[in-house]
Amino acid sequence: MREIYLSGYNNFVLPFVIGMLFCLTWCIIGAARIILQLPGKDRKRFFLSLVNPKTMSKNIRDWFCDCLFHVKLWKRNKLLGYMHSSIAFGWFMLIVIGHIEVFLYTPERVHQIWYPIFFRYFVAVTDTTMKGSFFFFLMDFFLLIVLSGIVLAIIKRAHSRLFGMRRTTQPSLPDLIGLYSLWSIFPLRLLAEGFTADISGGSFLTKSLNMVLHSFLSDYMNMLPTWWAYSIALGIFMCVLPFSRYMHIPAEILLIPLRNAGISISSARRGMASIQVYSCPSCGVCIDACPMGAVKANTKDSTVYLNRQLKRNNKARIDEISEKCLLCGKCTAVCPVGVEGDKIRIAQRAAKKYNLTPDYSNIGTDAVNFQYNKKVIQKNNNVSSSDNKKVLYFAGCMTALTPVIMKSMVSLLEKAGAEYDVMDRDGGICCGRPMMMAGRIGPARQMIEKNTRIIKESGAGILLLSCPICYRIFKENYKLEGIEILHHTQYIERMINEGRLDIDRSDSRLVYHDPCELGRGCGVYQSPRNVVSRAGVLVEASKNGKESICCGGSIGSISLGFDKRRPLTENALASLTADSPDIIVTACPLCRSTFSRYADRPVNDIAEIVDKATSADKR
Amino acid sequence: MMENIFGFSISPSSAINMDKVDRALFEELCRVEPDAVRCMACGSCSATCPAAAFSGMSIRKVLLCLQRGKEKEAFRMMSNCMLCGKCTMVCPRGINTRRLVLSISRIYGKEDTK
Ligand code: SF4
Ligand code: SF4
Ligand code: SF4
Ligand code: SF4
Ligand code: SF4
Repeated sequence: MREIYLSGYNNFVLPFVIGMLFCLTWCIIGAARIILQLPGKDRKRFFLSLVNPKTMSKNIRDWFCDCLFHVKLWKRNKLLGYMHSSIAFGWFMLIVIGHIEVFLYTPERVHQIWYPIFFRYFVAVTDTTMKGSFFFFLMDFFLLIVLSGIVLAIIKRAHSRLFGMRRTTQPSLPDLIGLYSLWSIFPLRLLAEGFTADISGGSFLTKSLNMVLHSFLSDYMNMLPTWWAYSIALGIFMCVLPFSRYMHIPAEILLIPLRNAGISISSARRGMASIQVYSCPSCGVCIDACPMGAVKANTKDSTVYLNRQLKRNNKARIDEISEKCLLCGKCTAVCPVGVEGDKIRIAQRAAKKYNLTPDYSNIGTDAVNFQYNKKVIQKNNNVSSSDNKKVLYFAGCMTALTPVIMKSMVSLLEKAGAEYDVMDRDGGICCGRPMMMAGRIGPARQMIEKNTRIIKESGAGILLLSCPICYRIFKENYKLEGIEILHHTQYIERMINEGRLDIDRSDSRLVYHDPCELGRGCGVYQSPRNVVSRAGVLVEASKNGKESICCGGSIGSISLGFDKRRPLTENALASLTADSPDIIVTACPLCRSTFSRYADRPVNDIAEIVDKATSADKR
Repeated sequence: MMENIFGFSISPSSAINMDKVDRALFEELCRVEPDAVRCMACGSCSATCPAAAFSGMSIRKVLLCLQRGKEKEAFRMMSNCMLCGKCTMVCPRGINTRRLVLSISRIYGKEDTK
């Protein structure tokens, strides 16, 4: 390669250089701020994780899989995956190969940041460098990849359904500017390189363009303006990047190591919450996922819009969006970059000021206050049970409203010959999760403390729960060393496997609804299905498992009123009844109440189903 | 949602208030929580409330107390509310009692009234 211009500079590089410097400065300051905003121990943990080879190799893998290849989007929809990864990976390769070329041919220019970008303008091929045709080919190849991605992006704007999306995000003004400049960058690059294809080397794309558009491209009067246009498009893109959704490109690079370091959201607008918000590319996957979207007006309350309002610091809307959410966790489960919509909302709620704070110091925790009904059954020696730990059954507040669940569970415990206590037969202290969801961490901690004392004093080896809402907080926030925490679906499965329950399979078709807190919240998907298929024919809902639709009754929402929930419940019911089951089975007292209100067929808890299917005489 | 069942609806309250208490806060509460005046004092919430065993908590009574200026009594009862949401589930008027409790906690209890 031979340089054409001695200075290696032309004024047209200025827009790009200005944009690039601005963007870099912004990102470096932003990253430093985020890291400084982390609580001290999180920051230490972050730095330590950067020298740990295990987390570092995970970081590298995630950088490639998430930022460049968009693996999670591929899994969702091939076309959507291709669109995102072709632009990201293609552009990345153009930059990398551009730099390799400079290193190889004009190493003295590496410090000029515009050189790799506009390389073709400054150099000319010589006979000896035709070996570089390999790079010429690669450059054209990746440019083609990017261009195909751009074409798909343009199609997606009009036909999002092809990409598996019903609703897409409405771009904001900076998003639009970014979008159009991004779209124009690559065609302009192609055109600009088309001029120089016969001077500085080109390949199948640029060379052929040079031939096809020969009359335009051979007129050197057109050349500089085209390079200017290319540089301006780049400059505009870089300048709007910090204010648009494209901020996700640099933000995600920081989010990945923070996430792998195990750092969680600890403040409403700072640190981890902030980097998650900026990492959101507004892909809009969370819009279709949100169960509130059953009512179209709620679309604007999905996580992507929360992120936008957080960036704009629009307090009224942030409050409104945060309080409405059901905290079903589906947006978090589907988000390709790992924005935790539910946790960000809890953090917003926690930042609210209240004048009155609950205080439970008047509530005692000794057995006098909690006359749990002792009912100890002699164990049957014929039953081979792997454990003879005492079970403490905490039915939970919500179960108190559906006493049939507690009744069935107690009946099953008796049939299985378990030794058990009921912790809250006559009412108890709430587990604290609803308080936690409302963002009031202090009072929730007080309840946790009280319950912990009661449970530890009971001497139980297993804590058995009927409500997934309770189960989650017991799993996540209680410290009950030596006590096994089980949801009743898991315990029933164990009793069946140990042969302690004699279950008769019927041929009624049972559809299982994954309660949010049990499924997405705690990852329990298989146990309930195993149990249900022992009691009847298991059929699946049209959306199940990780994609299950919240019943709409969630206490996660603070502001959704009773009448606003009905369409959400009906939407969830439609998914459940897609395969015309006889009975809807769930494992959450709240789901059971909510569905029963509007369902056209029986709604039962898994414990009821199993209790009905088991005979009493086995023991 | 309760309005207009069988062609009937609920007429606005025509109660005459003879109390001499300062109702500014209560009116503010009614502004943000129009539900506050829709309670028909059925007591379902009181019957299910797990905090009732400890502080006599009852949304019905809290609303009444606030209306009549007996704020201290209301705060005492509310101090044990666990936001569990059982009252919301049973309220026949579909009142969002949890948000009501949170709004009361925000509007009331500023220094002097505490
Ligand atoms: S929050 Fe996640 S799913 Fe939603 S738009 Fe942002 S990146 Fe996409
Ligand atoms: S947590 Fe559920 S209800 Fe809330 S925004 Fe996400 S998907 Fe919607
Ligand atoms: S009731 Fe069940 S499904 Fe509905 S939000 Fe709660 S845990 Fe989720
Ligand atoms: S939310 Fe509060 S008032 Fe309502 S039932 Fe629960 S503890 Fe009682
Ligand atoms: S259940 Fe509802 S209507 Fe009945 S007293 Fe309580 S708040 Fe009032």
